[in-house]
Amino acid sequence: MKNSIAEAGLHRSETSRAPGEPVLVLRDVEKSFGAQHVLDGINLTVARGETLAVLGRSGTGKSVLLKILIGLEHMDSGSICIQGEEIAGIALNEMNRLRIKMGFLFQNAALYDSLTVEQNVAFPLERHSKMSAFERSARVKELLSSVGLEKDFKKLPSEISGGMQKRVGLARALALQPEILLLDEPTAGLDPISSGEIDDLILKLQKEHALTSVVVTHDLQSAKTIADNVALLDKGKVVMEGSFQELAESQNDLVREFFKRDS
Amino acid sequence: MESTTTFSSEGTVNRSLEWFGDLVQFSWKVICAAFARPFEFREIFRQLDEIGSKSFPLVALAGAAVGTVLALESRASLVRFGAKSVLPAAIVFAIVHEMGPIVTGLVVAGRVGAGIGAELGSMRVTEQIDALEASAVNPYKLLVFTRVLACIVALPLLTLVTDFCGVLAGWITVTLSDAISFRHFLDKGLAGVDFSDFLAPTFRTCAFGLIIGMVSCFQGMRTKGGTEGVGRSATSSVVLSSLFVILADVILVKLILILFP
Repeated sequence: MKNSIAEAGLHRSETSRAPGEPVLVLRDVEKSFGAQHVLDGINLTVARGETLAVLGRSGTGKSVLLKILIGLEHMDSGSICIQGEEIAGIALNEMNRLRIKMGFLFQNAALYDSLTVEQNVAFPLERHSKMSAFERSARVKELLSSVGLEKDFKKLPSEISGGMQKRVGLARALALQPEILLLDEPTAGLDPISSGEIDDLILKLQKEHALTSVVVTHDLQSAKTIADNVALLDKGKVVMEGSFQELAESQNDLVREFFKRDS
Repeated sequence: MESTTTFSSEGTVNRSLEWFGDLVQFSWKVICAAFARPFEFREIFRQLDEIGSKSFPLVALAGAAVGTVLALESRASLVRFGAKSVLPAAIVFAIVHEMGPIVTGLVVAGRVGAGIGAELGSMRVTEQIDALEASAVNPYKLLVFTRVLACIVALPLLTLVTDFCGVLAGWITVTLSDAISFRHFLDKGLAGVDFSDFLAPTFRTCAFGLIIGMVSCFQGMRTKGGTEGVGRSATSSVVLSSLFVILADVILVKLILILFP
């Protein structure tokens, strides 16, 4: 594992692909929990450097879609290619190799509560890089500084606010310089000012690191700010996909209803 | 009424079988993870401290209490039958053979089982275990195998502590009524006990450690339903670990009697 990241993870330029090339390709993805069809034939493509915002009402399977992409849930049928590699039926060590290239921000940040902010961000580096303690410490400081938390690195997650936890989660997700960033409700539960700060931060980091991102959100303002493309999910299907403007001007009843309610 | 009872008992049997099936699958994942790199030595030592060192005062106290009660109860009975001279042997034999291992198993099941169930349960409901997997870290290795191994290693060592404290407290209790030196007490106590008498009962607690670690981790890792679920996992970890430790004790005592007559 350590070798794989040493070879691939922290030297992204060696494995980088051409801009515009499809990085995530989902074809007819289906997922059910018992009798409940959560995803019912999802088709999406995300190109390199693109940010796709997945919108939809609660319970439409948005978070499940992200968890399938990172391998925490398994799809029932369909196909998902990540950088050209099919993940259906993939072996765990192969999935782990792909996971190292992906950063995941959980809805509630999911920070390790017994570790300090610094240790949380250092965790992926300790596990998957060959950095010395000094190099690791410098990298953690750089990451925390990039999310505006350079002064809080000794605090425990319980000692910082929800917005700060999201920032730490983002720093941890970026620790291994991922090529793909998956964000689950990055602004959920935050006040408008903190939400705006998180959006600006995501935008800045996307530009700096040329990330391919999938953002699950309810927040239309956030989607408008950070996304190149937007997909609206309903009852496990993609109702419409396009630019934010295209969806905002759509005559589709469901899309209009979704956008009207938020405005 | 009768059919309702039948359905209910069928449901319980099905759920129990399902639980055992899931436990077997879980154990298989842990075994597979055990042989994969990295070997998590730092976490194993941390767990040994958490499970072993921090249980030390509790098992010492429990051992002392058992030794004291055993001495008080046995003395009264043996005096009645004129066999007071075998009191040291009775205390040492009872503690080393049965009381030390089972008391250690139950005390550790209570302290460690609840701790593991609650800790892993809390990590599960707050998505920390998902975060580990998303970071390409195998939770069966980092969280489960390390705890199970620490339980397997710690239990025999803690049993030695229980045995020693039990014998010491037994001697203090005996010597308060009939003064006897500790050395003389041990000589008389160990007269009929050889190394195999001591080895098999002590090492059968490795099985108790396996049960406590595996069952508690299993209950913790399958937690659902927020804080209430964490509470349920902690309780069920203790209850099931204790129950299986007692059942394993019965089976292992019989096996030891057959193998080391």
